[in-house]
Amino acid sequence: MELILIFFSAAIVNNFVLAYFLGICPFIGVSNKLSSAFPMGMATTFVMVLTAIVTWLIYHLVLVPYHVEYLEYVSFILVVASLVQFVEMFIKKVSQPLYRALGIFLPLITTNCAILGLALFIVLKEYSFVEAIFYGVGAGAGFTLAISIMAGIREELELANVPKAFQGAPITLIVAGLLALAFMGFAGMISV
Amino acid sequence: MKKQVTLFTEFTKGLWDQNPVFKQVLGMCPTLAVTVSAMNGIAMALATTFVLTFSSLIISLIRKLIPTQVRIASYIVIIATFVTIVDLVMRAQFPELSKELGPYIPLIVVNCLILGRQEAFASKNTPIRAVLDALGMGAGFLIALASLGAIREILGSRTLLGVQILPDAFEPWLVMILPAGAFLTLGLMMGFLNFMVLRKKTREEQELLSRHLQEPKMSLAKGQEA
Repeated sequence: MELILIFFSAAIVNNFVLAYFLGICPFIGVSNKLSSAFPMGMATTFVMVLTAIVTWLIYHLVLVPYHVEYLEYVSFILVVASLVQFVEMFIKKVSQPLYRALGIFLPLITTNCAILGLALFIVLKEYSFVEAIFYGVGAGAGFTLAISIMAGIREELELANVPKAFQGAPITLIVAGLLALAFMGFAGMISV
Repeated sequence: MKKQVTLFTEFTKGLWDQNPVFKQVLGMCPTLAVTVSAMNGIAMALATTFVLTFSSLIISLIRKLIPTQVRIASYIVIIATFVTIVDLVMRAQFPELSKELGPYIPLIVVNCLILGRQEAFASKNTPIRAVLDALGMGAGFLIALASLGAIREILGSRTLLGVQILPDAFEPWLVMILPAGAFLTLGLMMGFLNFMVLRKKTREEQELLSRHLQEPKMSLAKGQEA
């Protein structure tokens, strides 16, 4: 039960994008079309779960026993960077069309704050190994949900008559603000 | 050959022409997350500037030693080192501020602004230019974060830098200190700035057009005089 609550808390109530502002860059950059936003969300989720697993192991099996917690950031970011490289090679081998569709965005996952943020939050909240995995899946699902909704709205937005000064980033931010307001309706539903 | 840019422009371009937040839309996570108050915004911008300046300096010093294949990884390790320094110093010297900024200090590591400047500028230019560029970008970041923080703090909690400036009769706008307020405020600010730039541009175009229309008449008049 606790695990399910952690999942929903990360996915909906404390959505990474709309409540913690993590992963805003791809959220604004890649949310033009649903067909690229959804795979991007899935790729990010995949990296997030792997990151949760690997960083938890590194933190609790290497950094804590040797009292070198201050190396946290350096080691975490290296793990994330190599994981992304690995995922890129994996996708290239398995699915060429998907690789071509995601091509430019994949390296960007490294600098997606949501990934490193996830690793840091897991340390901060002192989750156990299983909880960390559920938290990673939940955060990824929340990211996919937010970026897909955003892409759906932006596809409609192309047909709308937006004032010239607000085209591009400004209107996207305002839409994101309204989305964040909507997601606030879930606030206080679960407190983990 | 590339046009030689003066050292001064290297610094000032970050303030407005290439302002990281308003023009390049980089480094959005900290911009939106910590600007609940002006003080937080300023602290965040200063921490980012510190990391940006020193990593720019180091990277531009060793830019010829880094193999291109592993450059991104090397940049990230250098940046992460400076972020660790900032984090430890802030925890020791300003524990309250450090607690308030929470995980957003370590997240400077993945601020696209910093990595972007290393990739686009520091790895191709001399140390002096790289440092000036970093300082300019940092100053532009500071302008953006401080103004956004100030607006949100004034409307959301009636204060500016902790001093109350709006009367008690003013009901604070709760939405301003919530996540939604960050998105809305920044969106409106960017839209407004774009609007001003567009208006200036159309005005200049009209001026140019009217000048062009007047010119033939003047040359005609000159011809008659002759």
